[in-house]
Amino acid sequence: MTQTVTNPTGAAFDRDPLLEQILGPTPGQMLRRRVLGHQGLLIGGAVIALLALMAIFAPLIAPHDPFAQSLMNRMEPPVFLGGSWEHPLGTDHLGRDYLSRLIYGARVSLLIGVVAAVISGVIGTTMGVAAGYFGGRVDAVVTFLINVRLAMPVVLVALAVVAILGGSLTVVTTVVGLLLWDRFAVVMRASTRQVRAREYVAAARAVGASTPRILLTEIMPNIANNLIVVVTLEMAHAILIEAALSFLGLGVQPPTPSWGLMVSEGKTMMLFEPWLVLIPGAVLFTLVLAINLMGDGLRDVTAPENRN
Amino acid sequence: MINFVLRRLGLALLVSLTVSFLSFMLIFLSGDPAVAIAGEGASMADIEAVRSQYGFDRPILVQYFAWLGQAVQGNFGNSYYFNLPVTDLVADRLSVTVKLGLCGMGFALITAIPLGVIAAMRPNSIVDRTALLFSVVGQAIPSFWFGLILIVVFAVQLRWLPASGTDSWKNFVMPTIVLGYYAMPAIMRLTRAGMLDVLNSDFIRTARAKGSSELRVMFKHGLRNAIIPVVSLAAVQMGFMLGGSIVVESIFALNGAGYLAWESIARNDLPTVQALILIFSMFYIVFTLIADVLNACLDPRMRSS
Repeated sequence: MTQTVTNPTGAAFDRDPLLEQILGPTPGQMLRRRVLGHQGLLIGGAVIALLALMAIFAPLIAPHDPFAQSLMNRMEPPVFLGGSWEHPLGTDHLGRDYLSRLIYGARVSLLIGVVAAVISGVIGTTMGVAAGYFGGRVDAVVTFLINVRLAMPVVLVALAVVAILGGSLTVVTTVVGLLLWDRFAVVMRASTRQVRAREYVAAARAVGASTPRILLTEIMPNIANNLIVVVTLEMAHAILIEAALSFLGLGVQPPTPSWGLMVSEGKTMMLFEPWLVLIPGAVLFTLVLAINLMGDGLRDVTAPENRN
Repeated sequence: MINFVLRRLGLALLVSLTVSFLSFMLIFLSGDPAVAIAGEGASMADIEAVRSQYGFDRPILVQYFAWLGQAVQGNFGNSYYFNLPVTDLVADRLSVTVKLGLCGMGFALITAIPLGVIAAMRPNSIVDRTALLFSVVGQAIPSFWFGLILIVVFAVQLRWLPASGTDSWKNFVMPTIVLGYYAMPAIMRLTRAGMLDVLNSDFIRTARAKGSSELRVMFKHGLRNAIIPVVSLAAVQMGFMLGGSIVVESIFALNGAGYLAWESIARNDLPTVQALILIFSMFYIVFTLIADVLNACLDPRMRSS
């Protein structure tokens, strides 16, 4: 049983089982093995992929228009509580199909999560890498800004600013994105300091590479694994904050189907129809859990030495 | 040591000043504050009168220092909504929030530290896995949803606890659990990681070799060393919790500063919001300052950086 593999020079050669035993698995094989052997990563990834597909293909999947009201069919129970298959998850207080609103709600949560994480990622990574690479005064200023940012209560500031500027999806996403860069800056600063001290960075400098070139080709690829982990964690964070703002009535405004808003709208009828609160909350919980599982998994797989 | 404390104090002061400036600027984010105060349909003359009465016609920096000078003395101006001094409004409510924060932190520490220690004693055992599950769930559960579930179960179905209000200690049980569970996962993970680290060190082997009981090894030698980073994390979490109590207080209608903040935001009562943002920030700044100094006392290596 021989297997054709490519060696670093690109030439194919036959690898016999004995040689296989002596050389052990290639780095790629080891990575693949770690990914496939990590339950949390696989489960988290699968759930996220499923919800992302649901968000992308919402118009095709949703059985009804998420905005269409029908006062004749208000608060019908879900099918497992004696409802009909016409509305599998029942209808809300305005007779809107709950499943359709839930499917469209995935768009709001994922959009906020991704865009806010990108905004805060760009800000935080720039600050963190600059502080870690240049040190000295730049580092002092960035550390100071991180301290200021951490001192401000996120939910309170976000609520106040969104209330003043008006709660649209754009405003909420931007405000959350502008507030959540602290962890990016902290982690990227620490990783950059570590990588900067390595010999290959000194070597690049010695052969005359420019600073931007060193940052892009030496530093960035070597801190990318930590960056991905922070991106997932902050995505989860942003999604939770959007839901909390919308729940408090000062985030995304009705009739936009946001999961936090759905919990808030169901709250008044919670005593009689608890599923109105349970269903959107459970989906929100599942998405955040899946993102966190994937983040932890990515850290284990790409940077096993950082585990705990 | 004195050098370190002075430097740390200077940083805290500078951060406080910056935060105070940012919260001061909130009023100008909404456009012209004079128009907002004068109300809809006010004439130009009215707006001008408000502008000069409130001093909005002065340069922003002058206004800021005037506001700061008053704020330092505990005067945050009058609430737009109640027309009462903001300080009086906030003072009553703050005690509720501080009480809730202390209860929540107490709950988090009481559950997280033993769980972390036990998990570290038997890594990968059932206990460790359960503790991990608890922390993973705690990090992902939306606190408003968790609070509503508790209300349905314990207030509506079982009728053990009141769903809302501030009258007795019973009102604090569910908010404490929700707020504490938010802080618990991070503390537990850090305790577990710290213990795992410490338990592998030489002095633990020495303690075992000289015949100390396992309990003594764990707590006297192990936890004492593993707890140092937990102190600063707890301070940071305490600051986050007070700022985050806004969600919990509004679910349980707990009449604290967080609830006041939510009401004030909804009412566009900016002086109150400004004061609350500044006060919550100050809590965080003071807590982390104390934790850093405490850490420097416990571990001289921390003084250098």
